[in-house]
Amino acid sequence: MDKYVCQVCGYTYDPSKGDPENGIKPGTKFEDIPGDWTCPDCGAPKEMFEKES
Amino acid sequence: MKPIEIKKNIYWVGALDWSIRDFHGYTTNKGTTYNAYLVVDEKVALFDTVKEPFRSDLIQNIGQVLGSRQIDYMVVNHVEPDHSSSLPAIMEIINPKKILCTPMGKNKLLEHYHREAWPYEEVKHGQTISLGRRTVKFIEARMLHWPDSMFSYLEEDRLLISSDAFGQHWCTSERFDDEVDPSALMKHAAKYYANILLLYSPLVKKLIDTVTQMGLDIKMIAPDHGLIWRGDPLRIVQAYGAWSEQKPKQKALIIYDTMWHSTEKMAHAIGQGLAEEKISVQLLDLKGNHRSDIMTEVLEAGALIFGSPTLNNGMLPSMADMLHYMRGLRPQNKMGAAFGSYGWSGEGVSLINQAMEEMKIEIVDQGIKIKHFPTQKDLQTCEELGRKIGRALNEKI
Repeated sequence: MDKYVCQVCGYTYDPSKGDPENGIKPGTKFEDIPGDWTCPDCGAPKEMFEKES
Repeated sequence: MKPIEIKKNIYWVGALDWSIRDFHGYTTNKGTTYNAYLVVDEKVALFDTVKEPFRSDLIQNIGQVLGSRQIDYMVVNHVEPDHSSSLPAIMEIINPKKILCTPMGKNKLLEHYHREAWPYEEVKHGQTISLGRRTVKFIEARMLHWPDSMFSYLEEDRLLISSDAFGQHWCTSERFDDEVDPSALMKHAAKYYANILLLYSPLVKKLIDTVTQMGLDIKMIAPDHGLIWRGDPLRIVQAYGAWSEQKPKQKALIIYDTMWHSTEKMAHAIGQGLAEEKISVQLLDLKGNHRSDIMTEVLEAGALIFGSPTLNNGMLPSMADMLHYMRGLRPQNKMGAAFGSYGWSGEGVSLINQAMEEMKIEIVDQGIKIKHFPTQKDLQTCEELGRKIGRALNEKI
């Protein structure tokens, strides 16, 4: 599963860890995160993430 | 400047800054304004404040409008210090019942001013409050251009108080778009977009869609900087739509610096080649053009051609500055190439190519480097590079 990086602050979303504090269970693919989820560090919306290269 | 009633019982109470010339790397050749808006209804609400050195302008303006009446709500649409650094002083004076802001806005206010005891009330996207005869709807505008950014829409007045979006750094004695030269106004608005919002273009598109879906009828847009849009408020919304698309035009920029005029000669030859392919081309010498003015031109350019000689195994510092600034603003859909003269090691061109790769600029050609002074044949090669980029751009458009 691909990791995604916030282009605003550099936070990396790791699907194996998810974002449990904000209701995203470990094992959730980035594509399956709800559209209203935002970067837990800076609050940027999902559109500002790019696949880690 | 004294208060101006922009709609019945709604006042501009901000401040004019004629002297500022630099906004964290963005040159403000004509100063700027810090706009704050006071709405007087059964409840009184102040929308944003001004930069701290101008707080007495704001306090006097509020006093002129309100006399001894109190402010009930302090609405913080954006926490950046040019709009909030008066808050600690203003809060002591106005003592409002509530500070209304987004959850991110509350965090940012605490991180700036460390005042736990202020009467924060977080508002959500789409939430409304009543001021009496008026309703204010809050629209979250996250990352346009800070995490806390929010718009406030006054439904009955059809007025959008838009925080930094749709603003311009342009200080004028006029307060409305229809009182100034429209082409100068759009140029200032474009510079603001290119230097502040360009990297958030995907979000600009999304926000315009959201506002369209919410069905807001907008008759006036009041930003936190510059002129208020009342003559044709949708003009700036449409311009934002177009800028956020970043569709390339038949326009090329040759951005360069030179040591002993060799790179300059190459720039002229490449420009000749581009012009032969009917591309509108601008030569922008980094000694005479500020990085933030170049970004305004980048907004609609299809091709970016960078020229620097090699100095001490690198590019010239002015080019490194330009590329670094541009990389942060993430222009999209550009093609490009590099050129430059050198004496012995010659790393300039390959370093620019690297920077273009990082910016995802489509490299049309690996570029040209020429030892010391170019020959006529070298300059013909440069002209051919110009034609090649011109053909590639014409094909793309």
